[in-house]
Amino acid sequence: MPQVSMTVNGKSATGEVEGRTLLSTFLRENLNLTGTHIGCDTSQCGACTVHVDGKQVKSCTMLALEAEGAEIATIEGQAAEDGTLNAIQQAFQDHHGLQCGFCTPGMVMAAASLLKENPKPSEAEVRHHLEGNLCRCTGYHNIVKAIMAASGQDVSAIAAE
Amino acid sequence: MYEFEFVRPGSVAEAIKALGEDEAQPLSGGQTLIPTLKQRLAMPSKLVSLTGIAEMQGITASGDGVSVGGATCHADVAADGTIPALSALAGGIGDPAVRNRGTIGGSLANNDPAACYPAAALGLGATIKTNKREIAADDYFVGLFETALDEGEIVTAVTFPKPEAANYQKFEQPASRFALVGVFVAKTGGGVRVAVTGASEGGVFRWSAAEEALAKDFSASALDGMAPDADGMMSDLHGTAAYRAHLVGVLTRRAVAAC
Ligand SMILES: Cc1cc2nc3c(=O)[nH]c(=O)nc-3n(C[C@H](O)[C@H](O)[C@H](O)COP(=O)(O)OP(=O)(O)OC[C@H]3O[C@@H](n4cnc5c(N)ncnc54)[C@H](O)[C@@H]3O)c2cc1C
Ligand code: FES
Ligand code: FES
Repeated sequence: MPQVSMTVNGKSATGEVEGRTLLSTFLRENLNLTGTHIGCDTSQCGACTVHVDGKQVKSCTMLALEAEGAEIATIEGQAAEDGTLNAIQQAFQDHHGLQCGFCTPGMVMAAASLLKENPKPSEAEVRHHLEGNLCRCTGYHNIVKAIMAASGQDVSAIAAE
Repeated sequence: MYEFEFVRPGSVAEAIKALGEDEAQPLSGGQTLIPTLKQRLAMPSKLVSLTGIAEMQGITASGDGVSVGGATCHADVAADGTIPALSALAGGIGDPAVRNRGTIGGSLANNDPAACYPAAALGLGATIKTNKREIAADDYFVGLFETALDEGEIVTAVTFPKPEAANYQKFEQPASRFALVGVFVAKTGGGVRVAVTGASEGGVFRWSAAEEALAKDFSASALDGMAPDADGMMSDLHGTAAYRAHLVGVLTRRAVAAC
C-alpha cells in the first residue's frame, strides 16, 4: 500500500493508505482525530472542513495521497496545549453558537479561515463565507454572532434578532 | 468508492503517458469526481492527479486577455481581477472550500449543464488549450456533460480575450448553489455574445436572438419582452422549462444593465 506523510497540527504523521482513502478517513481512522466530522456523502455539509496549507477544504473531498507533504490543521489543534479555547471556540461557547455540536468543528475551521483573510467581516460576509457549512440546529444566527464577536466586533445589535 | 491506483505526475507529458494506460482518468480538484466516485458512478482503475503539474498552474495576464492554467483553482481566478466578470463568476462558485480545490480545467471538462465556467468560456469566446490542440469555445461544448475532448486529452490552459464590458448573472439553486440559470453577457470588439447555462437540455448555448438585438442597441430595454423558446429547456423540481426560459430573459437584461 502507498505511504503518505504530512504534518497535522504541527506534528508529522505517516501512514499506509489506499488510493481511495480520503483525507478525512486518514485523519479519523489512522490518526484517531475524530473531531473532523462526516455529515454527508455529497460534499455539501462542511462538517469535515480542515485547513490544507492554510486553505479551507472539505477533507471528505480530497484524497489522503493528495495531501502528501502538506500542513494540515484540524479542530484538535485549535485550543492551546492546556485546553484553553481559542477566541473563536470561546465565542461559540459564550454566544451559544452550537447545539448538538456536530457542525461545530467545520464551522470553527471555516471561521478561522475567514478571519485570517478578513479580520473584521460584515455580517453578510460571514453568512456568505459559511455557504458550504450546514447546521441543522442553530438557525445560524448565533454562529454568525459568535464569529462577529470573535473578530472583536460589537454584537449587541445582532443579539436583538 | 471502488479501489483505484493513484499517481501524481509532475508534467503534462507524464500525465498523458499515465492516462494512456488501463482505465485511467484525470483527477483535478476532485470536487465533482470524488462525490461521483463515492456514489460508485465511475470506476477508473487509475487516477492521474493534475495538481502537481506546475505548468498547469497560475494566471498570466497579457494586454489583450488572460490565460488560466488548467489546474488553477476557482479561488485564484476569483482573486485575479484582470477580467472582473470572470473573477466574480469564479468567486460565486459553490463555497470557499470548493473554490480552494475545484479547477477551471475540471469544470470545463465536466461540462455540467448548470456549471458557471462554461458560460464564461462561451460568453467571452475563450480558447481551450489541450495537450495537443487549441479549441474555440464555440466548437468545444458538444452537449450535456459532453465536450470536444478526446479520450486521454486534457485541458492545460484556457485563454480569455478581454471584453469591452461583461457581466455574469447567476440565479442560484439554493441547495446546491449551482446555477438554476446563469447568463454571461460580453461586449467585445467582434460583437455581443450572450451565453446561457443551467437552462437548456443541450447544456450551455448562445442566445443568438438576444445577441442580434443587443448588437443594434446595447441596452436592457432592447430585450423587452424577449425570452428564448421554452422547448428544449430543462424541467425539474427546481423549475419548469417555461420558468427557466423566463429567467433567461430576466437575467440577460440584468447582465446588460450591469455591464
Ligand atoms: C458543494 C459544491 C458546490 C458547487 N457549486 C458549483 C457552482 O455553483 N458552479 C459551478 O460551476 N460548479 C460548482 N461546483 C463544481 C465545482 O466547480 C468543481 O470544482 C468542478 O465542476 C470540477 O472541477 P474539479 O477540478 O474539481 O474537477 P474533478 O472533480 O477533479 O474532475 C471533474 C471531471 O473532469 C475531468 N478532468 C479534470 N480535470 C481535467 C482536465 N484538466 N482535462 C480534462 N479532464 C479533466 C475528470 O476526469 C472528471 O471527469 C460545486 C461543487 C460542489 C461540491
Ligand atoms: S462530510 Fe465533507 S462536506 Fe459533508
Ligand atoms: S449545532 Fe447541530 S448541526 Fe450545528
